[in-house]
Amino acid sequence: MAKNLKQIIENICARYQNDRTRMMDIVRAVQEQFGGVSPEAIDLIAQSTDAHRVEVESVVSFYAFLSQKPKGKVIIRLCNDVVDQMKGVQAVARAFSEELGIGFGETTPDSWYTLEWAPCIGMCDQAPAALINDVMVTNLTTDKAKEIVRALKLNPNPPILSTRYGLGDGNNANALVQSMVQNNVKKTGEVLLCDVPADAGLRKAIQKTPEEVIAEVEASKLRGRGGAGFPTGLKWKFTRGSKGPEKFILCNADEGEPGTFKDRVLLTERAHLVFEGMTIGGYAIGATTGILYLRGEYAYLRPFLEDILQKRRAANLLGNNILGKDGFHFDIRIQMGAGAYICGEETSLISSCEGLRGDPKNRPPFPPQQGYLRKPTSVNNVETFAAVARILDKGAAWFAAIGSGKSTGTKLLSISGDCKNPGVYEYPFGVQVRTLLQDVGAENTQALLIGGPSGQFIGAESFDKTICYDDLATGGAIVIFNKDRNMIKIAQEYMEFFVEESCGYCTPCRVGNVLIDKCLQKILAGQGEPSDIEYLQNLGNTVKKGSRCGLGQTSPNPALTTIKNFRAVYDAVLKPAQDGMQPTFDLKAAVSDAEALAGRHSVIH
Amino acid sequence: MEKPKIATASLAGCFGCHMSLLDIDDRILKLIELVQFDKSPVDDIKNFTGRCAIGLIEGGCCNEENVHVLKEFRKHCDILVSVGECAIMGGLPALRNGIPLKECLETGYIHGTGVYNPSGKIPNSEDIPLLLNKVYPCHEIVKIDYFLPGCPPPADTIWEACVALLTNKPLDLPYELVKYD
Repeated sequence: MAKNLKQIIENICARYQNDRTRMMDIVRAVQEQFGGVSPEAIDLIAQSTDAHRVEVESVVSFYAFLSQKPKGKVIIRLCNDVVDQMKGVQAVARAFSEELGIGFGETTPDSWYTLEWAPCIGMCDQAPAALINDVMVTNLTTDKAKEIVRALKLNPNPPILSTRYGLGDGNNANALVQSMVQNNVKKTGEVLLCDVPADAGLRKAIQKTPEEVIAEVEASKLRGRGGAGFPTGLKWKFTRGSKGPEKFILCNADEGEPGTFKDRVLLTERAHLVFEGMTIGGYAIGATTGILYLRGEYAYLRPFLEDILQKRRAANLLGNNILGKDGFHFDIRIQMGAGAYICGEETSLISSCEGLRGDPKNRPPFPPQQGYLRKPTSVNNVETFAAVARILDKGAAWFAAIGSGKSTGTKLLSISGDCKNPGVYEYPFGVQVRTLLQDVGAENTQALLIGGPSGQFIGAESFDKTICYDDLATGGAIVIFNKDRNMIKIAQEYMEFFVEESCGYCTPCRVGNVLIDKCLQKILAGQGEPSDIEYLQNLGNTVKKGSRCGLGQTSPNPALTTIKNFRAVYDAVLKPAQDGMQPTFDLKAAVSDAEALAGRHSVIH
Repeated sequence: MEKPKIATASLAGCFGCHMSLLDIDDRILKLIELVQFDKSPVDDIKNFTGRCAIGLIEGGCCNEENVHVLKEFRKHCDILVSVGECAIMGGLPALRNGIPLKECLETGYIHGTGVYNPSGKIPNSEDIPLLLNKVYPCHEIVKIDYFLPGCPPPADTIWEACVALLTNKPLDLPYELVKYD
């Protein structure tokens, strides 16, 4: 067996040229083959790739989908996002647990099944949902959960589930996808979700010089669709202007912001357009390699996307001298993630592509100066690339005429929560919140989460505001909460998410988020005091100022923006403490261990 | 006019902060002019004689008696100050917080290197306060008004803080007294 292990691992490493920067692919392959990456496997990988053991181990320990201990052959990852909680995931969890006879985080004694929680898997519009190996199962109920376990016990092959419950619409039914996921496209706009001509943008782009392409993108005033909103043309100009013979285009398809799922729909229905945009990007900045960083949860789309890449190579839309343009070489590879929210942050994404833990990097240097493998790199969102392809086809003026003021074009919104029609909506920028609520069939609305938990919670006083960069900016995640929801509880659950996903590098983020979460729990337990508000605000600002990446810089937002916009909810439950004692200290619990050891009771409680 | 009272206690600490308090040298005579010491190891008064203006707490809480004393201080003092690392963060005693209590005691009294204990038992008498499951900083048990960092805080820091509190003036500590690097 040991000899066998050595052989298999050497083969896997050889498949990636023993290149340590491909560590993600190597450890993923080992995990897939053996159900875990054992200490022996780590040693062998380190030998083959000439890496230190700790480099391999740090990758294995960092990502949620990787583990040293072997997991079951079938891993059920149930999504515990806030929206799933609202849709009754706890009952579904009990059903899975009872039917399998194990708790969460456990594996059945026969080593067949592992049951785990997972943060948002990008299915909020069809929650509760779970990932079973690479297979998405959606719209779960307790009965469905039990049925799934029984079906798997008869035939432990997760793909059978997709056909059992009916395939989804559009390309979800494609032979290479075969998924029950629904696109739920509820509103199409004139840029992305309408009918788009094949590669018209790319064909026009190569008639221009790279500088003219960048000028066109700049003239369109396109800004990054991932959330930060940096002008795309400017980013490309910087990347093109940076010194170095080798440059890279990275497409951020790690959408992990709870409540976001629009890139999943784009990759399912407009994959050609996304790759076309990446190719235009490669032409514009002078890159020959593009990487699509696909979140591990979306692995079910990979065969489909690889096939499209293959077709594009065959049609000379990728490869050498693309479309007959002399000297224009560009190809794209897919880099799989492995379950880490932080990798949606561009410098963490770069770390991950380099085969490292998904740690953010210090800036400057910014990726356009020194990114992937320390070479000039432009990281853009899936939707941004798709928009670029359309801009090059229809012209900057056409694009700039859509939207409002400085926010041009359309924006895909992933809308879920308390509404009748959750799904993906393509709106021109400038749409009013009130209109949006009407369109999605939301009633009795108390709050909206704009831009996911790293964005902000808004209440009724902001329903006249508009979605655009100057008013309510968003990467596309919108979650709706009706008047029955406890906003403090919602904020606390989102804090739990950040506690789990912090990479741990910056102390304010690693520790501060835990303290914010604890304080919200204390308030929820009825032990809150008015002074907790100031404490949360101070602590939140410290976390924001003391963290080097976007995660820590925004993670206190669930607490801070609910305090700002739902202050009355807090005030209603906060009472001043009378006696100067801390209500959270429980002496009885604190002496219980010693009482059991000494066999006597404490004299003071 | 009666002088304001000051009380001090050393909980799970090493008395180093009290030593630092004594390090104010002859200024202790000035302090006596300003205040009267109530419950404190300095004068060995065991029980509060009345309401105190200031309570200085050294050390965190490692056992039930510490909790009792700390709560008594909170009840009797207008202003409560955590003095030093142990009171503020748990300090050295809190190093045991990652280890289960049973394991700690067994290592300390039975299995540990160099332990001589023919009885083979963990000491257990009603006179010994029960340990808490971990060491708590004071502010997790009662409200604390001020924190004086240091291990120990320098005598001048304690002196300036007490004077500022007693004279109701703002505290302006030079950088050298609060930097620890």
